[in-house]
Amino acid sequence: MSEQAGAVIAQIVVVLFLSPLITGFSRTLKARLQTRRGPGLLQPYRDLHKLLQKGMVIPDTASWIFTATPYILFAATLLAALLIPTISAQAPLSLFGGVLAVVYLLALGRFFLALGGLDTGSSFGGLGSSREMTISAIAEPALMLAVFTVAIGAGSTNLSAVAQAGLGESWRFLAPSQMLAFAALFIVLIAETGRIPVDNPATHLELTMIHEAMILEYSGPYLALIEWSAAMKQLVLMTLLVNVFFPFGLSAGWWQLDTLLSLLLFSGKLLLLAAAVVLVETSNAKLRIFRVPELLAVAFVLSAMALISTFLF
Amino acid sequence: MWPTHELYIAGLLAYALGIGGGLGGHATRVVRPWLSAVLCFLSLIGALFEFGASMGGLLAPTESIWSLASGVPYLTYTARLDPLGAYFTMALSLLAACVSVYSFGYISHSAARRSPGLFCAFLNLLLLSLTLVFTASNVLFFLIAWELTAVAAYFLVVFDHESAEARKGGLLYFLMSRGGTGMLFVGFLLLASAAGSMEFSALHGIGQRLPAFLGAGAFLLLFFGFGVKAGIIPLHIWLPAAHPVAPSNVSALMSGILIKAGIYGMARVFFDFYGALPVWAGMLVLVVGVVSALLGVLYALMEHDLKRLLAYHSIENIGIILMGFGAALLFRAFGHPQLAALAFIAGLFHTLNHGVFKCLLFLGAGSVVHATHTRNMEKMGGLIRRMPSTALYFLIGAIAISGLPPLNGFVSEWLTYQALLAGFGATPALTRVAFPIAGAMLALTAALAAACFVKAFGIAFLALPRSEDAEHAKEVSFSMQTGMAILALACVLLGLGATWFLPVFDPITTAALGIAVSRDLIAGNGFLLTAGSVAHGTVSTAVIALALVVLGAAPLLLWVVWGRKSARVTGPTWDCGLPGLTAENEFTATAFSKPLRMIFAAIFRPRREIQAEYEVSPYYPKSIHFESGIEPTFEARIYEPLREAVLSLSSRMRRLQAGSIHLYLAYVFVTLILLLLFGVRG
Repeated sequence: MSEQAGAVIAQIVVVLFLSPLITGFSRTLKARLQTRRGPGLLQPYRDLHKLLQKGMVIPDTASWIFTATPYILFAATLLAALLIPTISAQAPLSLFGGVLAVVYLLALGRFFLALGGLDTGSSFGGLGSSREMTISAIAEPALMLAVFTVAIGAGSTNLSAVAQAGLGESWRFLAPSQMLAFAALFIVLIAETGRIPVDNPATHLELTMIHEAMILEYSGPYLALIEWSAAMKQLVLMTLLVNVFFPFGLSAGWWQLDTLLSLLLFSGKLLLLAAAVVLVETSNAKLRIFRVPELLAVAFVLSAMALISTFLF
Repeated sequence: MWPTHELYIAGLLAYALGIGGGLGGHATRVVRPWLSAVLCFLSLIGALFEFGASMGGLLAPTESIWSLASGVPYLTYTARLDPLGAYFTMALSLLAACVSVYSFGYISHSAARRSPGLFCAFLNLLLLSLTLVFTASNVLFFLIAWELTAVAAYFLVVFDHESAEARKGGLLYFLMSRGGTGMLFVGFLLLASAAGSMEFSALHGIGQRLPAFLGAGAFLLLFFGFGVKAGIIPLHIWLPAAHPVAPSNVSALMSGILIKAGIYGMARVFFDFYGALPVWAGMLVLVVGVVSALLGVLYALMEHDLKRLLAYHSIENIGIILMGFGAALLFRAFGHPQLAALAFIAGLFHTLNHGVFKCLLFLGAGSVVHATHTRNMEKMGGLIRRMPSTALYFLIGAIAISGLPPLNGFVSEWLTYQALLAGFGATPALTRVAFPIAGAMLALTAALAAACFVKAFGIAFLALPRSEDAEHAKEVSFSMQTGMAILALACVLLGLGATWFLPVFDPITTAALGIAVSRDLIAGNGFLLTAGSVAHGTVSTAVIALALVVLGAAPLLLWVVWGRKSARVTGPTWDCGLPGLTAENEFTATAFSKPLRMIFAAIFRPRREIQAEYEVSPYYPKSIHFESGIEPTFEARIYEPLREAVLSLSSRMRRLQAGSIHLYLAYVFVTLILLLLFGVRG
């Protein structure tokens, strides 16, 4: 029991402290690719530290929904992260919810974030909420179908079981169904984390913004919680990709020597994936919002092909 | 020994007293508030008795049949609380009790206040006849109860008879309902003629004994006949017309349980009267489910009328239920009773869950309409400050219907996903691709439903009030709040305690499929819900809820670590430098759904019209008229041509009916001769 509690705390620590690093790495790498110097790897930590100390302004039109949203979003995202295997193949809480729970916990956070955007009464908030809910809705079938393909292959929706099934056959990711599902999930990752070509995380006060428009009125510690949750959500989705498709190196338990090695390997895999996302970001222009469904339709077709190829090959 | 029989009869008597008292009160022109209070109390008592009876039927099932001879051939007044009927009676009684409590305060403010006696009489008649529908065990008795339900519901829908919209919606409902009953008659007669008896007990498994052609015909007739009541697409058009115009407590009952009578009928036919159905039948149900779910939620997104929006969501949820049923039929056809039971349970559980949260949402909408005097969401706003309790209950309903954890909607959708996922391994044929695709469509439906309820809650309850009425809205009375509170609590309990509820389904699946699976669906001392076995996947809503509370409190720890509590100031929302934020600056429901209207333009065929008046330059318009809408595809493409065809046919028929009595006598004579000839020949 105490070992289980230790695993929960260890995973919380990993998720909380690794997630801003991925964001920092993405930003720095993107800056370098654009021949800028960039703010440095640790800037997100400094931002969070600063924001948590600042005062905040609550809009006078807002209700308790606005105040409750950061807490609910933070809790739902962190809980989703506890259901996914990160360093150890055995995620600490994976028995209490599989991949469906992960997807729906992220949806719960998004539901409240969108309400928080509407609660301010500002048109920007409503604009962001509307677009966020639209894009996440049309990304959902591709996400679910790809997830189904993986779950069918492993015979379980439990993510620890999926990762362990992958550990058993190390060359499994070369199967066409796995590769197609990975490609579909990669597109979904870009849409769900709001990266170019779907949304631009660096934009403020542009009419094209989505995520930033929703959280425009948040400030201080609440903004810190939301930014942190966004980083954790990115980590959750990336972990889903790297550990479901490339689980090699995951340690079997938590308190062994190879856990440290596993942490290094996990961080390495995440950074590689983040680099891939940054490459897509820098080599593409932002799409018009009404072109985004076409991109997500491609993801859906890819995951449908992945599904069909599970019994062709 | 649980007094199932006594409770059942006592409940029916209480409803009957409610009908009699209401009619008596109406005849003596009593319009005092105490009359409706007494009558609502009677329906509450009736509901509580029936709830007790249904518990007996579920937990201590005994094959008890109560029968009265009628003197008419084939008709016996036979009632039976078998597990399936008891389950639906339980759902009905739960909702009826909450609606009765709500009605104490509601009736004196609604259109019903002018003749509360008559209104309560019809309300009690609806409850009585619905109870009979779920318990009747004779084909003719069932159909009589079925028609009584339709009549009672019709009069309740048109109760506000001064509104043309209500009359029109009621008429449409009545006409479609007649068509459905016609199909049911023929379908039931086909089955009954094969069995040689009108008793349900004789019809068990009769489907296979019919020749394949007749069996398929009866199946289709019964599926679409019950489908009219359930509101499957394309037979749904009465639903968004009739549900919104009824008084809100009636809308709550109609969406919560009346349309489930169609689901009950399907469950009865699919799993009781037919012991096996071919693969195409299951596929048909699955496809109808997917189409209804997806189109239902898409049409809901385009609505700004709060109650019409909820009505379209009923279509969506009926679709989700039918996905479960369709999967169950397919599994049975492929020879996997265990999986069939899982899918059947998913559908049945969603039936109850949808009843609970939809009833809650309609009661919430009723409170809002009562407070703001409009159903148009664009004229609401800011209600969360003026009606805090209603807002909280509506939010709980919105989370539940969006299928978000840890509430009840999540549990039944999770079970549906798991059933669909398992379907991929159930057959080697190519049909198995249909299961995950249906699952993906369910995911799309659920995500769109979440978007729709962000819109509904966000526009109606949050930010600034958008009209005078919304600004002066008042919280509703205590009884109305209580009715909603019980349902909100039920959403939470059915979500967190789902595993403790599941054994209820054992007697139902045992009767229908000969297998009880609740033990396989529960693990970890009842804290884990599984997908058939722990290896296939598990979830625990109770632990998720607990973890959300603990992790949600964690940031408070951060405030401690970072030392001082930061200053909190209230300030105006940023308004782009304009002089103050007004309701006109706010995002509207139309704007919120615009991206989806554009993306699914092929389905909606949106049109818009902008007229600007200006004097000097078009950049400085004096006034702008903007109009936008979507094409009501089914109404315009299917029902309008049908209506015209019927009218032109009947105008031709008029020539037969020339008004001459001699001619009519000639018709009678000719018919008689023909019949005699037919009889001689036979």
